[in-house]
Amino acid sequence: MANYDILIVGAGHNGLVAAAYLAKAGQRVLVLEKQPGVGGAAVSEELSPGYHFSTCADGTGYLAPEIQKDLGLAGRGLSILPADPVVFAPLPDGNHLTFWRDTARTAGEIERLSKRDAERYPAFVELMGRVATVVGGIARITPPDLPDVGLGDLRAMLPLAGPLRGLGRKHVSDLLRILPMPVADLLDEYFESDALKGAIAASAVRDITWGPQEAGTAYTFLYNWALAGTGLFRSAGVVKGGMGALTKSLAAAASALGAEIRTDAAVERILVEAGRAAGVLLAGGERIEAPLLVSNADPRSTFLELLDPTLQSARTVQHVRNIKYRGSAARIHLALSELPEFTSLAANEAPSRLCGAIQIAPSLTYLQRAYDCVKYGEFSPRPYLDLSIPTLLDPGLAPDGHHILSITAKYAPYSLRDGDWETRREAFVKTVLDTLAEYAPKIRDLVVHQHVFTPIDLEERFSLPEANPHHGEMTLDQFLHMRPIPGHARYRAPLPGLYLCGAGAHPGGNVTGLPGRNAAREILADKR
Amino acid sequence: MPLPTPFHSRTAACCTSQSWQEWSGYLAANSYQMEHIQEYIAVRTGSALFDVSPLYKYHLRGRDAARLLDRVVTRDVSKCRTGQVIYTAWCDDDGKIIDDGTLARVGEDFFRLTAAIPTLDWLQQNALAMQVEIEDVSPDYGALALQGPTSRALLQSLVEGDISDLGYFRIVDEKIAGVPLRISRTGFTGDLGYELFVEAEHAETLWDALLEHGLDYQMRPAGLQALDMARIEAGLVQLDADFTSTRQTIFDAQRNTPYELGLGWTVKLGKDFFVGQEALRAEKARGPALQTVGIVIDLAGVESAYSKFGMPLHLPYTSWNEATPIYSDGDRRNQVGKATSGTWSPILKQYVAMTRLKPQNAALGSRVYIEQSIEGKRFAVPAQVVAMPFFDPPRKRGDANTPNTPGNSGGSA
Repeated sequence: MANYDILIVGAGHNGLVAAAYLAKAGQRVLVLEKQPGVGGAAVSEELSPGYHFSTCADGTGYLAPEIQKDLGLAGRGLSILPADPVVFAPLPDGNHLTFWRDTARTAGEIERLSKRDAERYPAFVELMGRVATVVGGIARITPPDLPDVGLGDLRAMLPLAGPLRGLGRKHVSDLLRILPMPVADLLDEYFESDALKGAIAASAVRDITWGPQEAGTAYTFLYNWALAGTGLFRSAGVVKGGMGALTKSLAAAASALGAEIRTDAAVERILVEAGRAAGVLLAGGERIEAPLLVSNADPRSTFLELLDPTLQSARTVQHVRNIKYRGSAARIHLALSELPEFTSLAANEAPSRLCGAIQIAPSLTYLQRAYDCVKYGEFSPRPYLDLSIPTLLDPGLAPDGHHILSITAKYAPYSLRDGDWETRREAFVKTVLDTLAEYAPKIRDLVVHQHVFTPIDLEERFSLPEANPHHGEMTLDQFLHMRPIPGHARYRAPLPGLYLCGAGAHPGGNVTGLPGRNAAREILADKR
Repeated sequence: MPLPTPFHSRTAACCTSQSWQEWSGYLAANSYQMEHIQEYIAVRTGSALFDVSPLYKYHLRGRDAARLLDRVVTRDVSKCRTGQVIYTAWCDDDGKIIDDGTLARVGEDFFRLTAAIPTLDWLQQNALAMQVEIEDVSPDYGALALQGPTSRALLQSLVEGDISDLGYFRIVDEKIAGVPLRISRTGFTGDLGYELFVEAEHAETLWDALLEHGLDYQMRPAGLQALDMARIEAGLVQLDADFTSTRQTIFDAQRNTPYELGLGWTVKLGKDFFVGQEALRAEKARGPALQTVGIVIDLAGVESAYSKFGMPLHLPYTSWNEATPIYSDGDRRNQVGKATSGTWSPILKQYVAMTRLKPQNAALGSRVYIEQSIEGKRFAVPAQVVAMPFFDPPRKRGDANTPNTPGNSGGSA
């Protein structure tokens, strides 16, 4: 049997990124994946013959450019097709709002809603871009080990110095002021148009179970901005071939660098010997030993399932159980016989305006109301819909002339107060399609196939506890040195020899690959 | 406002002193009469009846009950047989003590745990991935401690069956006056004694039966002041007197390990994983920073200090629980620890205190000095380190044939 230096549990994008970096550094790496294919939640699936959907994660992801470069992904089949506009937001009165990468052009669109807002927009983009740069820098460092040092020990804060340098005194105070704010309050400081504010705020809450008026949503907003690579608050475009092509290119890179990847290999237990991680036990009973283990699984699964929870310290159990997961989105995939018409858009404009994200969140008030229900375990009667039609940029994903439309539908709480997702599924799908039909009235006539993934389905199919796409919510209280749990935010688990490389670790989710890269860096530092 | 215990209608009628204090949210008598010495004397010469209902009580049932307890407590629960009770501590991950209590194995998969502080959340938190039902039965049961040399005979005269051979730290289910109760041969006085657990609705019936026959056995209700004197003589540490629960403080200086509290014997490092194991193993290897030992305070020294004011010897009327400095020298230059509880022991005719000292000053027979404040002026009074318990009569763990003399095997230097 082969000898490995490092075992990686899970071939999601972060597991593959870590594998590639570790293999590149000369480590003998084996990646174990329980699914028949690699990719984790970043996969493409032919859900209906001829239609290829990015079932869970979609878009371009936010894969860090340095990872693409370091691993030579362009040469291994990764092709990112950028979109401009970034966002198209149809409004109920027949108006619409489009965000282009070009600030002046967007300001021109905003002018139709508010001349004052249009004037302020460039300054907003300038400041957010500046502050987001710091957040992007922070995403790339290993968090300081705050709980283990005295309050006066500034050395622990040293890793933050790099990202903060160059921001200037004035903007450091802006950053500290903005991070804990509700994104709604932040936008209120600049803009008057509720529609404009809704369009900007939507992506900040797309993947968390908070509304725009909740404190700390400004942080999520800036995190997206920092890693989007569009100069705006979200990424735009598609991976050619779908999200699965991204993870396949990562797998190809890892393999080319010498890592071995085994699929259909479900890890049942992490083996512990003499107080150290010693290997894994596979579902079939096979034992594989290695001195180092890296888990790409979420922290709850890692500590309370893969490890024997009865042997974990009380502190670890308590901290891990306190991690908020609470997903609140469903994914609905439609195979369409033709491109849908939006009432607010002339037919000839459609292809050029619809190729980015399409957000149905026509005002800040609408977004907050959609959220209100989830607090009481109910799905939104008028949901926020985040749509993409990837076939506009990558027609090969569907048969000729056909399109696919993927919807992230919020809020759809993981735990329903009344009934369950088996009994409420159809009602929710109807709500989503009714809402969509208000903007694209003929949508139902175009549907050839429909595939619905409720939060329960997402949890089951993609090993995402409570359907949280980020292995733990991306909120300010689960950020930096508190991610995944206080005292263990530096990719090292409480068990010696065990590391975390998934989105549950700093900086978090969005298919950035950064947790995998940062973890590999720390592992290699420990090995030296 | 504190709640009445299930015995309150009866204890209130006896409590002529009207001296109550709050104990875990319940009303508890400090002493029933204006002064408590008779109640203390009952513990050592007759029987004292304490209402200990405010103790927290938990029932743990199910396949993994023993496994959960073995994860939580420091003793080896797998070695506790059905019908047996063990005294144990439990700790946090850093090996700092949370609480102590008695754990009774009522059935193979059924345990009853007593605690001084609320413990339900700690048990639940540690029960992850285990099949165990944890129930807080604190308000559902009244509890009495019947303690003293005549307690066996008194109890035997009342029960339907036979408890005369109930062993030390054993339990049995019995009936008194038709009322079912669980009798545990345990207590907090270091004497022969029993604890009686009865469903709250039957509490008054049990109390009445004990009072009706108690006079024949020199039994009397007794309050917390008498209990504290007795437990100090018995060398039993008490939460909030001798130590603070790590869960109820945020200051490291207030945290202690079982080793520091003289409870190292309850830590079974060799068993499978338990909370705090790693830290305790390291502490054992390192040696604890403090040791709990008894001291006997030199009466001549106390007398001499008072004489400086032209006053006669004065001793505290009740036991005390104020942290008091201990020095290695009479000039109070080198503090080596502190006393946590102390009392005049009427049965030993000694002034004793429980202390936590640096190991180098804790050897039996060592001379130390305890701070005494007289009329606002501080003195150091000599004392000698002795073993605890100070008072340890053979009848505590003996059988019915053990003589009921106040003979003592404790407190040697």
